[in-house]
Amino acid sequence: MPDPSAAPLLAVRGLDAFYGDIQALFGVSMQVAPGEAVAVIGANGAGKSALLKSIAGLLRAPRDAIVCEGEPIGGMAAFAVAARGIALVPEGRGLFPSLSVEENLMIGGQLKRAGPWSLQRVFELFPVLAERRNLPSTALSGGQQQMVALGRALMANPKLLLCDEISLGLAPIVVRDIYARLPAILAQGTSIILVEQDIVQALKAAQRVYCLQEGRVALEGATKALTREQIAAAYFGV
Amino acid sequence: MDWINVIIQGVLVGGLYAMFAAGLSLIFGVMRLVNIAHGDLIVLAAYLALVITQTLGIGPLTALLIVVPAMALIGYLLQRILLNRTLGDDLLPPLLVTFGLSVIIQNGLLTVFTADSVKLQAGAIEVDTVRLAEGIYVGVLPLLQFAVAVAVIGGLQFVFYRTALGRAFRATADDPAVAQLMGLDNRHVFALAMALSLAVVAIAGVFLAVRANFDPSQGPARLIFGFEAVIVGGLGSLWGTLAGGLILGVAQAIGAHLNPGWQILAGHIAFLIVLAVRPQGLFPKVRM
Repeated sequence: MPDPSAAPLLAVRGLDAFYGDIQALFGVSMQVAPGEAVAVIGANGAGKSALLKSIAGLLRAPRDAIVCEGEPIGGMAAFAVAARGIALVPEGRGLFPSLSVEENLMIGGQLKRAGPWSLQRVFELFPVLAERRNLPSTALSGGQQQMVALGRALMANPKLLLCDEISLGLAPIVVRDIYARLPAILAQGTSIILVEQDIVQALKAAQRVYCLQEGRVALEGATKALTREQIAAAYFGV
Repeated sequence: MDWINVIIQGVLVGGLYAMFAAGLSLIFGVMRLVNIAHGDLIVLAAYLALVITQTLGIGPLTALLIVVPAMALIGYLLQRILLNRTLGDDLLPPLLVTFGLSVIIQNGLLTVFTADSVKLQAGAIEVDTVRLAEGIYVGVLPLLQFAVAVAVIGGLQFVFYRTALGRAFRATADDPAVAQLMGLDNRHVFALAMALSLAVVAIAGVFLAVRANFDPSQGPARLIFGFEAVIVGGLGSLWGTLAGGLILGVAQAIGAHLNPGWQILAGHIAFLIVLAVRPQGLFPKVRM
């Protein structure tokens, strides 16, 4: 079990983030311990994706507002953040349509970071992808495409995996199937931040949860310690 | 027999047009940049080869060993320092900036080298011929030029579809933001694409300069031939670009044979016919 008192892998401190002129996050703080799964939940427009994009370097952030293993990485270019071992599974999957399934995975591994994940290991985690490795990524079902997106991120051997709405648009049985693979990923020592609207799945998979509301942290705590009422109140702001 | 000769000459010249086109097509495919200065860069490469052959006293083909890396370096720096700043959702800024670049290169060359036409001397190879069949002779140099063109297209095809660099090109073309998440620095990837494009430009420039006289004003016409070959072949297909170049070359050769004044016109007419009948080109790819 991860030790929450250990030095955090990632710390976000008082982060303000903007989409153009519109402020999406107001002083958000959060922490992720090594090997920990953290859920970030909230309604549409609560700032969940803005949080992940800021961490991944796709949105501007003040330098000291995001710290990875003691080093400030806020506002760093996305490719430099990726090189530090933070991999984002983007919302809507973001597969490369010109690339085959295998090429999509290989481009995830092009930084050649050392670690447990390889093409072989990703195919063991998602055997269906091995059968379809030479197909264009667009020829796969939504669930399989999501597996490619996850596998592609794993190929970077990340210390921290950021998952943006991996259940979006997928049938419940497919979502369960994908979530069933997360323990195998955590077991490798990778930390995960799960951004979800599917609260039930997220709370089951994560040890701790942050609930965002209108760009602010409305509630945080261990998933087991929080009641449904507390979460509903923080989620809807009632 | 006469006509066979004409068509063979057209095919051999078409290889050169395919080389003009390949670099253009590569850049457009990777970063949606229409490089108006492409033809002038070909002429620049020709002048660079001229200076190198004259100062070092080496042949044009040996000079490729210097011209190709030099142009690749120019391409990398040009993209890093200037052209990356023009890229965005709007196609217009890179168009305007490369148009300006075209004017600058032409006038720069005019100032340094004057408007007098010059030619690279390749020596005995220029007049060597081989006999293909009774009554059909082809020059060794055009044959070499064609073989190099096929090798260049084949090489680009290999790089694009079989190497990590090509994967990076295709991924960045698909989605630059997500490509960054894979650790790819777009600015560097684009600069590598421009370097590769100008390496091809260097080869094309040297063959152009050995084949015929050139002067600083020739760039825009090479650009047009390149564009036409790309469109005829179909956007995003390298072998299509080769086919486009050959069709253009053969059309020009036939036109010139009918009437020396019709050479360029015949090429444009062939281009317009393809555009009217098959606007997507002969071998289009959905996306490059």
